[in-house]
Amino acid sequence: MRLFSVRHAAPIERVYARFEAALVRLGPLLKRLGYARLERPIAALEAGVKGFLFDCRMCGDCVLSKTGMSCPMNCPKAMRNGPCGGVRPNGHCEVYPDMPCVWVQAWEGSRRMRSGDLIAEVLPPLNHMRKGSSTWLRLARERAQA
Amino acid sequence: MSAIPHPHDVGLDPSAPLVDLPGHSSRGRLERVLRRGEFAVTAELSPPDSADADEVREAAQAYEGWVDGINATDGSGAHCHMSSVAVCAILTRIGYSPILQISCRDYNRIAIQGTVLGAAALGVGNVLCLTGDGVQCGDHPDAKPVFDLDSISLLGVIKRMRDEGQFLSGRKITTPPRLFLGAAENPFAPPHDFRVLRLAKKIAAGAQFVQTQYCFDLALLRSFIGKTRDMGLDKQCFILVGVGPLASAKAARWMRANVAGVHIPDSVVARLEGAADQKREGRRICVEMIEALREEPGVAGVHVMAYRQSQYVAEIVRESGVLRGRAPWRRSFVPNLQPVESLEGA
Repeated sequence: MRLFSVRHAAPIERVYARFEAALVRLGPLLKRLGYARLERPIAALEAGVKGFLFDCRMCGDCVLSKTGMSCPMNCPKAMRNGPCGGVRPNGHCEVYPDMPCVWVQAWEGSRRMRSGDLIAEVLPPLNHMRKGSSTWLRLARERAQA
Repeated sequence: MSAIPHPHDVGLDPSAPLVDLPGHSSRGRLERVLRRGEFAVTAELSPPDSADADEVREAAQAYEGWVDGINATDGSGAHCHMSSVAVCAILTRIGYSPILQISCRDYNRIAIQGTVLGAAALGVGNVLCLTGDGVQCGDHPDAKPVFDLDSISLLGVIKRMRDEGQFLSGRKITTPPRLFLGAAENPFAPPHDFRVLRLAKKIAAGAQFVQTQYCFDLALLRSFIGKTRDMGLDKQCFILVGVGPLASAKAARWMRANVAGVHIPDSVVARLEGAADQKREGRRICVEMIEALREEPGVAGVHVMAYRQSQYVAEIVRESGVLRGRAPWRRSFVPNLQPVESLEGA
């Protein structure tokens, strides 16, 4: 399924953009319901949906839109800024020879996406305090407050 | 050209950092050599499986007078060896210019930032930021892989320490480390189209020099260097290309199959196979590669990785003529400066 999502990075990007806009519009409602109260059910929903589509690891700091819809947390080295130097000639992972490299997939996915060039952005270190939390809710909250 | 080191590369006390030069971010020799436009030579030192400092000194001595920097690997291949920071400290005390390799595999951001400060305090002027091989490659596959940072975010963290005098947390550093920042690059692994962009990311994050994986395929390297030139990256960063002697056709096949990211074309293996003395032929191939790289625009130097063949590094550098009569720092040159110091004491 992870590979399917990368192959269909373009439509997923469009759906995601619409979904994000909807989330931001829902901002006031989410706020009334209380972000803290919503955290657990929304995180569970997010884990289910993104787990199915992307093998999401719920790092809480989702960057799929910048990684060609290929979740970098599936990389055994958790590399968030690009492939390591050990990628096999067949495009598979250095650590797990049967697994296609997350970043080979990310590059291909990014080429299908409208804003795929975001893959060139340097990402800061992951905030491990966000692990398990919902990126959707956090973004909706941040956008609503912005 | 007389074979004495450049005056900028020599200090009164060989174990102390050199005097500051404007526009330099470190007080080490490697940065000076590169910024002067010299073709630099670095070599890799494999830290011993031992607690004996003499083993480090002996290994480094084989390179003395032939290289501008010595890389101390950090648990390479996810195998346990003497720590890279300790190797570097032993080397700086003598006067060598070590390049501290830091791999993100074994420690988190707290430990790494502390190591960077400690290394700089011990006179280390160069750091090579690496993600590191997976623990599964090494002799402790049961270890916990850390990977709190990756090579690119690590570059950003150290750059911030140096330029802004801050830890990642924002807390102030009273005396920031003076470091020349490096990264690794592998032009020979997929996704090929992404590799140049990845180099650009590393430069954006703080890389001032890169050392590449072993180059055995000049055509592929030229295509990569051509793209870096097109993007002007060779002007923003010094590119040192990795080279090394292959011990035999069998060793080449083994490396190709078992060492992550090493690309060896069939033609090279065939050439070794057909040679009467395969080991000598391996060195010959390496010398020819260095000669070709010396002429390649955009290549600022070579990085010699001679695993278990470090005794041949000096010979390879000499035969390639890559230094063109230039003399990297060596201890025997220093005594000429000593009388000045002893006069002061008199």
